[in-house]
Parts: sequence; C-alpha cells; structure tokens
Amino acid sequence: MSAHTSTMAVEGADRWLVREELHAQPGTMLGFWLYLMSDCLIFACLFAMYGVVGGNYAAGPSPKDLFELPLVAVNTAMLLFSSITYGFAMIEMQRRRVNATIGWLAVTGLFGLVFLGIELYEFHHLIHEGAGPQRSAFLSAFFTLVGTHGLHVSFGIVWLVTLIVQLKRWGLTDSTRRRLACLSMFWHFLDLIWIGVFTYVYLMGVLR
Amino acid sequence: MTPASAEPRSELATLLFGRLSLDSIPYQEPIIVVTFLVAALAGISVLTWITRARAWGWLWRDWFCSIDHKKIGVMYMVLGFVMLLRGFADAIMMRAQQAMAFGDSAGYLPPHHYDQIFTAHGVIMIFFVAMPFVTGLMNYIVPLQIGARDVAFPFLNNFSFWMTTAGAALVMASLFIGEFATTGWLAFPPLSGADYSPGVGVDYYIWALQIAGVGTLLSGVNLIVTIVKMRAPGMSLMKMPVFTWTALCTNVLIVAAFPVLTAVLLLLGLDRTVGTNFFTNDFGGNPMMYVNMIWIWGHPEVYILILPLFGVFSEVVSTFAGKRLFGYTSMVYATVVITILSYLVWLHHFFTMGSGASVNSFFGITTMIISIPTGAKLFNWLFTMYRGRIRFELPMLWMMGFMFTFVVGGMTGVLLAVPPADFVLHNSLFLIAHFHNVIIGGVVFGVFAAISYWYPKVFGYKLDVFWGKASFWCWQIGFLFAFMPLYVLGLMGVTRRVSHFEDTSLQPFFIVAAFGAVLIGCGILASLIQFYVSYQRREQLRDVSGDPWDGRTLEWATASPPPDYNFAFTPRVHDIDAWWDMKRGGYVRPTSGFIAIHMPRGTSAGIILAGISAVLGFALIWHIWWLAVSGFAGLVGFAIFHTFNLNRDFHIPADEVTRVEDARTRALAATGA
Ligand code: HEM
Ligand SMILES: [Cu+2]
Repeated sequence: MSAHTSTMAVEGADRWLVREELHAQPGTMLGFWLYLMSDCLIFACLFAMYGVVGGNYAAGPSPKDLFELPLVAVNTAMLLFSSITYGFAMIEMQRRRVNATIGWLAVTGLFGLVFLGIELYEFHHLIHEGAGPQRSAFLSAFFTLVGTHGLHVSFGIVWLVTLIVQLKRWGLTDSTRRRLACLSMFWHFLDLIWIGVFTYVYLMGVLR
Repeated sequence: MTPASAEPRSELATLLFGRLSLDSIPYQEPIIVVTFLVAALAGISVLTWITRARAWGWLWRDWFCSIDHKKIGVMYMVLGFVMLLRGFADAIMMRAQQAMAFGDSAGYLPPHHYDQIFTAHGVIMIFFVAMPFVTGLMNYIVPLQIGARDVAFPFLNNFSFWMTTAGAALVMASLFIGEFATTGWLAFPPLSGADYSPGVGVDYYIWALQIAGVGTLLSGVNLIVTIVKMRAPGMSLMKMPVFTWTALCTNVLIVAAFPVLTAVLLLLGLDRTVGTNFFTNDFGGNPMMYVNMIWIWGHPEVYILILPLFGVFSEVVSTFAGKRLFGYTSMVYATVVITILSYLVWLHHFFTMGSGASVNSFFGITTMIISIPTGAKLFNWLFTMYRGRIRFELPMLWMMGFMFTFVVGGMTGVLLAVPPADFVLHNSLFLIAHFHNVIIGGVVFGVFAAISYWYPKVFGYKLDVFWGKASFWCWQIGFLFAFMPLYVLGLMGVTRRVSHFEDTSLQPFFIVAAFGAVLIGCGILASLIQFYVSYQRREQLRDVSGDPWDGRTLEWATASPPPDYNFAFTPRVHDIDAWWDMKRGGYVRPTSGFIAIHMPRGTSAGIILAGISAVLGFALIWHIWWLAVSGFAGLVGFAIFHTFNLNRDFHIPADEVTRVEDARTRALAATGA
C-alpha cells in the first residue's frame, strides 16, 4: 500500500472500486411499505383483541342492538369512492397534470371528511345511548379498533392537505411525486383495513 | 409514595397542573433526596465543564443535529453506558437490601420503594441499556460493512435516537417527580390497571416505552432498507458479513414485534386513562390477553437483543483465529431459523397460567427446538477456532467468557422449557439466574467484545489492555458470584421480587450474591478507567493503518476514524471476507482522482420533535390536558413544517475529499507502511 506500487494501481483498481459516483437505489417505497406492514400489525392486534372480547357484552348491548348497517354501508361507500378518486389523482400525476391531480386529491379529501363525519355521528349516537367505550369489553374493543382507523384517516387528510399545498408551491417534482405515491399506499391500506372492519365487526356482528 | 394531601385540590390547580402537585416531589425520602443531590451535582458539573470548554455549539452542530450514522451510533453507545450506571445502581440497591433484610431487620428500603427499583432496573436494562447498545452497534457498523455512505434515511435515524433518549429521560424524571411503576418490568394487569396502581408510575412506564418504541421501530425500518438497498456492488445476500446478516434479522424482528408492544401498551393506557375494559376483571375484560400479547413481543425481543451479538462474536472469532468463519452458510440459516422460531415460543413464559397440557407441550417443544440452531452456532465458532492461530486480544477474551457463560444459561433455559419443571421454577430466583446468565453472558459480554473490537475504528486508537482485562475478570467472576447462588435459592423455592425474608438460613447466599454484584461494579468502574487511560495514552495506542487487527470485512478498509463519507470510492465486493480478499488480491489504496460526494445535511428537527414528544408524554402522564393538546398540535405542526424543508443534502467537493485522503496518505507514509 505504498507509493511505489501505485503505477499498477490504476488498472487493478477497478476490480476493487467504483470510480464514479454511485447512485443508491431509492428506498423510500420499501421503507414506507415496511412501516405500513408494522401498522398492519397494530391493527392485527386490535382485531385479535376484538376477536377475543368482542362477545363480552357484560349484560350490555350487543352488535345487533347497536349497528345500523345502511349507515355503515354508506360510510363504506364513501371510503371506497375515495380510494378510486385517489387512483384518478395518481393517473393525472402520471400524465403530469398538476391541477387535475390537485382536483382529484381534493375530491378524495372530501370523501374522507364525509366518512369521518358519519363515523363521528355514529360514535356520538352510541355514547348518547349509554353504549360508550367504558360500557363493556366488546364496546371498548369496538371503539378502539374503529377509532384507530378513524384517527389514521384523519392523519391521511392532514397529510393530503399538506401535499396539496406543496403541489401548488412546487408542482410535480421528484419529492412531491414520491410523497403522493406514499400517501397513495397509505390511503389504499386504510381502505383495506376498513373492509376488514366492515366484514368482521359490522356484518358478522349483525348476522351472528 | 406520598400520602394524598388532606385538602382537596382547587379546580384551577387541577386544570393547570393535572395530578401534579408539590406532594409529588418525594422530598421526605432521604434516599431519593441524596440521589437527587448527587445527580444534580454531577449534572451541573458536566454542564459547566461543557460551557467552560465552549463546547455547546460544537456539541449541537456536530453531534446533536448530526445525521451521520457514525455519530448517532456513538451517541447510542453513550446513552447505553449512562443508563447502565443507573440500572446497575438499582441492582446494587436490591442486592444490598436482600443481603440485610432478614428476620427482624427490615433492611433500608420500604417495599413500595423496592418494588419501583426492580421494575425500573428491568425496564432500564432492557429498553435503555441493551437496546441502545445493540442499535448503536448496528448503526455504526452496518453501513461500513456494506460499503455505504450512510443509512437509507439519515434524518429518521437522528429522530429515532432522540426518541429513545426522550423515553429514557421520562424514566429518569420519574425518580424525582412522582414515582415509577411497582408492577415488575412487564406491568401485568390487573395489577397495573387503574384500580390497583392508581398513581403515575404505570403511566410513566407506558409513555416512556411508547415514545422510545417509535424510535426503535423507525430505526428498524431504516436499517432494513439500508441493508436491502445500499450494499456495495457485488455484495449479494450470501456475501454479506455475518454481523450484517444478524442485524438484518434483528431489524426484521423489530419491525414485526414492536407494533405488538405499541398496541398492547395503547390498550393498557386506554384502560387507565379512558376507563375502557380490555384487561380489567369486570365488564368482560381479559387480563390474559395482555400477558399473551406482551410476550408475543417479549420473546422476539430477547432475540432482537442477542442476535446482533452472535454476529459480533462471529466477526471476532474469525478475525482473531485468522481464519474464515467456519460454516458461513449454516450460520446464516441458523440465524434465519431462530428469527422465525422466536415467534412460536412465547407461551413458555406462562406455562403455569392455565393453558393445559397440550398447549404447554407444543410451546415446550418449540422452545427446545430453538436450542438446535443456537447450538449449531456454537459449534461453528468452536470449529473456527480449531487449528486457528488465535490471538487472545480483549475482544477474544470476552468471546471466550461468552462461550463459557452463555452455554450454562442456555442449558438452564432448556430446563425451564420443560413445563413440569417450570411449574416448580416459575417466578423463582432460578429464572432470574437463568436470564441474567444469558443476558450478561451473551448481550453484555458481546457488547464489551464489540466495544473493544471496534473502538480503534471509531476513535483511531486501541483500548488499554490492562484495564480491559481487569474489567473482564471482574465481570466474569462477579457474575458467577452474583448469580450462581440464585440458582440454588431458586431450586429451594425462593421467589423473585421479595424485599424481606423470614428464613435467616438463606442469608449467606444473598451475601455472596451481593459480593458478586460489588465485583461487577468493579468491572464497570474498570471499563470507565479503561476509557480514560486509553484516552490519555492515545498516542501510544494509535493505529494509523485503519486495520489494527488484520480484519476481514469492509469496515477495516477505510481510515480510523472513518471520514464523513466513509469510503472515497465505493468498494466492489467479490468475496464474503471482502477486505481480506482485497488485501490478498493486490488492492492498492487510490491516492488521486477523487470525485465530489453527495451527502445528507444535518438538522435540528429530530431533537426538537423528540423534545416535544417528551413534553407530550409528561402531560399525558400527569393528566395536564391543555399541555397535552398543545404538545400534540406542536408535534403535528412541526412535522408538517419540516416537510417543507427541501434543503436536505449537499456535495463534499472533490478538493475536500482530496485533502482528507492526502492527509491519510501522508500519515500512512510516515508510519512506513
Ligand atoms: C449488572 C449486574 C446485574 C445485577 C447485579 C442484577 C440484579 C438483579 C436483581 C437483584 C433483580 C431482582 C431479582 C428479584 O426480583 O428478586 C434483577 C431483575 C431483573 N434484571 Fe437484573 N441485574 C443485572 C444486570 C441486568 C441486565 C444487564 C439486564 C438486561 C439487559 C437485567 C434485566 C433484569 C430484568 C428484566 C429483571 C426483572 C425485573 C422484574 O422483576 O420485573 N439485569 N436483576
Ligand atoms: Cu421467551
């Protein structure tokens, strides 16, 4: 490793070294996906909790007494529509049309807000009837599972608004496109979780 | 801790301060007051020393805001060491209490205080000693071993570190403001529920762990992406150094296990603050659900702690035997098998809690099966040593201590895996002896092996051998004295978490154990002296080559300490022992033709976000709702604000790289290499 061998270094060096700047592969998507999987595990725990204590009514109301399927169906539709409109936003992003992207994002956010509104109405109604989270283990698990999902949707909306502002300011740059793609995964993920909630908590609760 | 004050609180006081009042400060407890004075004195002297040295700006810019994985790694190690002192102080207090509290003597610690100490000891040692050590090692070494310039998400890395520190700060605060949990380190309900633990102790526990948990999870994601995406060209998965492999598996475990802890602590927190009924005894709650979930996290957690150290030992043994690691492939597969199996054994922690014979046998057998890949690893290490030219440097000494100690701990573990035996030994001091046997013999010895192995890489000089040996022998012998008596006591039926004994014939065992703890204390002291002495003698201990042990993996290919950019040119890998291959294959260090290097930029966002999180945690613990709401809003607001900062990277100009590399060329020439 000394000076007198450095003449033979040049041809030998490329076996050992990359001579130009090496661009690392982007890892944001993988990282975000890993985060989503970890979030999925939190939901898995909440589902498991619901599965175990969901039948413990403590002489209180049961799903049959409480859930109104038509309302929940409307709610589910809102979230599903919002996923479709997010898809449209991504298509517009691929076409590099900033304003159309922002438009579809705004529609997505509105659907999300309606979803949250209906959910809050339902919670308010249940608590008003004396079926709050303290009433029984079943209701504790119900409120926590559905509420955690709702909190995620709220974060999604805050994030969505932030992105709209950033799109207005910067347009479709590498970083805004990357962020749009992450939020897209997040949004569809929440949709997927909701399908689980709808089936497992509401449908099976009423049919059981 | 303090009896509730007689007068009712005014509504205004509750609105402003929640549950916090002057009575929450335990000023009537002499032990705590003295501790506080000592801590305050030490704190003030460190602060004045920093101010005198005018080091604040440097500390803030070059360390606290740094997103360099190497600096963050070092900060994790410092955090681990500081918290080790606290955790050990708790341990020695317990040992002293148990050595004297027999018959008529009540000892010096009231039960309520003793209960907080064993809880704090367990929590601190696991979450704020072992975890930071392991994360710090992975942070420092993994990017170097794979030939990368940093981790995949350098800012997140800084944020993760500060979240861990914020959690540690909350646990420390509980010592002087309020109290800590008295429930044991896993806080089982219903004991940890609002009915039986109405104070703030369990809330400190919950929020400290939630905040630190965010950091742990994010650093897990970060390191997985780093390893998957940023390896040097040519380094296929089966050419990764074993330490990197174990780091990968550990981080997979982190991402797959920590969310369960987050969820279960969330539910316990809701039970306590909102009044839900997940783990209560009435209204349909199910405490066993907590026990199951926390151990579904808890068992993988022990492998999160030990796997990276298995990696360390693999690196150490092949370096100091001067041979390629025996059975690289089987080592990798053993690691992966352990990773998977670690999810199938959690119930062995509560065989006695009513699962029935069939379930118990299943989990007993899976537990015993884990010892097979672990045994395979041991044989690989032995065969690596076989016919090697072993150099008994410090890391190798810790390695030998580990082989001896860990095997004993492993065997008592297999004993505990037999359900009928566990019915006798559950919750006894036998169990305590077992897990300290594997944790001290495996994790702690591994961390010391790693520190003495990589210290010259981090600071450019080796550690002093004399004080290193002193530390090793104190730990090794101290461990035997401190924990072998507990095996005997456990077999005689003595249970854990007891602060006073009637049967005075047991006292000698506890005195021996206390003596052992004092020896361990000498070991800790010796390693502190070792750092100091090595710093003083750094010119004699200096290593200019960057490769003091004749190493085999890429971290030894660069300077010690490595430049900010790690490698002037990214290496190409052709072999498992990439650096060994380069040395044998006629690699010559380039001295010209350097190019500009793209690097991430430091930021204060991580420390600010973590600071707000700590305030938020404090507010939630004390039910100071206005502060909690504003803290939360601040957190979200600042995070959004940070996303508007696009000024996140820069280039180190080619001239600067040339300057750094030329300096190294001159230094190497001066040593006559
Ligand atoms: C440094 C030497 C150490 C000594 C002398 C020591 C001593 C003790 C003692 C006396 C107990 C209480 C046993 C009882 O309940 O009767 C204990 C519990 C415990 N220790 Fe250590 N320990 C040491 C290191 C560690 C380390 C390094 C770790 C983990 C990284 C650790 C983790 C724990 C845990 C998790 C508990 C259980 C706490 C509980 O009961 O909730 N200890 N230790
Ligand atoms: Cu286990």
